[in-house]
Amino acid sequence: MTATIPGSAAPAVDSLQADASEAAPGGSRFRSLLRRPSFIVSVLIVVWWVVAAIGWHLVGLQPYAKTGELLASPTWAHPFGTDNLGRDMFARVVAGAGPALLIGPFGALLATIIGGALGLVAGYYRGVVDTLMMRFFDVLLALPSLIFLVVLVGAFGIGPGALILIVGILFAPGIARIIRAATLVEMGKSYVTAAKLQGERDVRILFRELLPNVLPNLVIQATLSLAAAVFITASLSFLGLGSQPPSADWGLAINENRVYLQTAWWTVVFPAVGVASLVVAANLIADNIREVSR
Amino acid sequence: MTAAAVQVDDLHVSYSTSRSSTEVVCGVSFSIAPGEAYGLVGESGSGKSTIAMALTGYRVAGATVTAAGLTVAGLDVLSLSAPELRAFRARRIGVVYQEPARALNPTMAVGAQVAEVFRLRGDDRRIARRETIAALTRVGLPDPAALSSRYPHELSGGQQQRVVIAMALAVSPELLILDEPTTGLDARVETEVMALIDRLRAELGFATLLISHNLPLVAAHCQRIGVLERGVLVEHGAAADVLLNPEHAYSKKLVAALPDLAFTTPRRAESPVRGATPLVTVTGLAKSYGGKRALDDVSLTIGRNEILGIVGESGSGKSTFGRALAGLLRHEGQVEFTDSFERRRPARPLVQMVFQSPDASLNPRRTVRQVFSRSIELLGGTGTAESLAESTGLDPALLELLPHELSGGQKQRVAIARAFAGPVPLVVCDEPTSALDVSVQARILDLLQELQERTGVSYVFISHDLAVVRRLSDRIGVLHEGRLVDLAPAEDLFTGRVDPYTESLIASAVDLRARAAAGS
Repeated sequence: MTATIPGSAAPAVDSLQADASEAAPGGSRFRSLLRRPSFIVSVLIVVWWVVAAIGWHLVGLQPYAKTGELLASPTWAHPFGTDNLGRDMFARVVAGAGPALLIGPFGALLATIIGGALGLVAGYYRGVVDTLMMRFFDVLLALPSLIFLVVLVGAFGIGPGALILIVGILFAPGIARIIRAATLVEMGKSYVTAAKLQGERDVRILFRELLPNVLPNLVIQATLSLAAAVFITASLSFLGLGSQPPSADWGLAINENRVYLQTAWWTVVFPAVGVASLVVAANLIADNIREVSR
Repeated sequence: MTAAAVQVDDLHVSYSTSRSSTEVVCGVSFSIAPGEAYGLVGESGSGKSTIAMALTGYRVAGATVTAAGLTVAGLDVLSLSAPELRAFRARRIGVVYQEPARALNPTMAVGAQVAEVFRLRGDDRRIARRETIAALTRVGLPDPAALSSRYPHELSGGQQQRVVIAMALAVSPELLILDEPTTGLDARVETEVMALIDRLRAELGFATLLISHNLPLVAAHCQRIGVLERGVLVEHGAAADVLLNPEHAYSKKLVAALPDLAFTTPRRAESPVRGATPLVTVTGLAKSYGGKRALDDVSLTIGRNEILGIVGESGSGKSTFGRALAGLLRHEGQVEFTDSFERRRPARPLVQMVFQSPDASLNPRRTVRQVFSRSIELLGGTGTAESLAESTGLDPALLELLPHELSGGQKQRVAIARAFAGPVPLVVCDEPTSALDVSVQARILDLLQELQERTGVSYVFISHDLAVVRRLSDRIGVLHEGRLVDLAPAEDLFTGRVDPYTESLIASAVDLRARAAAGS
């Protein structure tokens, strides 16, 4: 049944009348994002952590020095209290954004590039390449990610470069599968056939015709893997496989202070809020993008 | 006249979003007598489906319905409470939608779906079962007992639509609303389904409201018709009158735009050189999909300058034929171009295609100018994006727009222009006008004809619509189950000796128009 919606077909054929009811890409999508409070708040949170990660030492915060009593509860001087070595928790939480935002975003970016390229190629060429790639990814995705991660850490070490590579490898298969599915949908449309018929080169079809149309999917996947990557790196630090003391890393801080949870809750809760706010904000951004690009 | 089955006075429907409100039905009034067949014709966006929904008391979110009077089967639809509305829909009206496959629940056997109607009426299981068989028998389905345990996907499109009709008529409604009931069905199936509805109306005495974009169809099956243009009922009257002597400018346009089977093409006769020298020789072309023969040993030649029409029902292999010609499929048999083209340097594409759906055939992220510039480059054309736009009747101001900002007709013009961006000897048009409104269709056909005359390309014009094919083609080939059952000059096909299958195709197409003209 066709529900007749105003403007869904402009009656005047050769007029300039634009069709306002269809989902408009580009500018108006961006404007509708700006009308969503959860999107704005999430972006502000992410921006805050980015600024914190880059600018904490410019404002005189001292995350590594003893600046007060041991395990002092929150006061005006130390709004988040102090830890077992008398270090200011506020300074440590702010500085902790650094390691969290080093591994996560670059790892997610690497995963997006690898996964996006492989997904496009698999969806475009189909056949043997596609089958081999997808079965291999199925195997990778079947492994419990944390165990897989521990093995990779054993193989590559725990330097920032190695961790970025590991996060990239860990998230690429999932992204590749989503992008492959999106590519297959686009392949069914005749504009791809038309491009092939015109003798367009494969590389151009992949990157000029297909990529712009799967881009919203790719952005959503990138944001979701950013959230997951932040979470994973915090987990690694918690397990002692990531940042090492005296780093202000949130995961590390939670592990170091978990014995004080009952007596000095602030030493655990504030780093945990740091991880949670970044992960939730990234997820909300992805959700909002998905909703407007529909 | 006793109380009308439907009485609509000054109906207004508007859709509002947070920012704007658009009136899609503006002051429509009409009435349908009991047992009468009334038709509403209009192009997409004219508000015809919205009227149907208003009659059933169904309100789409954001829609505001007001009317001086909206009475269906003696009930004021707008004042009914929710339970009354439910009872009204269950007992008094039946609706048949465009796509039967979507109107049926794919996870339920069709018998159970029909039985549900009787169960809701309060019948027990045994009676419901018996009534279901009776309902399926009435709509002419073979072996109803066995068929009732099958699932929708196991039935053909025509059979599915019969099941939907059986459901709609199960409780003997006073009004049957048919919203594009045969769009998407083949011509022969369409004839059968409409004949069934006519027969049932005569037997059971319900009134019908037939809504369609297809003027001849509506004219052939309705006593009176109304023509809708952008929510306004611009003309109404007896079916034959509207079809033969339209008064309003819009109705005249609609009628004039109809491709007519009686249309003679003198233009063709004047140019005997057309197709004299061969361009493409096809020998033994065949293609199977998983053991099923989609195309079976098709051999023919396509001449230079020639327009070869290919007709057939869905599944006849006509699209497969077009794709094989374009080199998009691996196939058996040969497709050979005349030497001079094969040796062209630099190598350029020999075949371009124009597709059915203008929405899918343009990349939503590329502007018209980007599409044109790249096509000219790839096909070795000499023009500019502006000259290409001009030659296909597109305003150069449209060049900077994205496809979603264009109308359906404009999109199809862009898709056609793309195929003509360079010197290509053969253009395959696969149902290029099937997704368009009639008035747009006529203009696109004019454009294709004009471009062909100007550039001297050859067309393979694929369509299920005989009238459209006849209007353009020099020769017509008929495909049936993958085989080429007929291939003859366009005029001979309609007058000469042809395959029985071709005869039945022509008969169902002619029948509709003849009956429409004769009035019912």
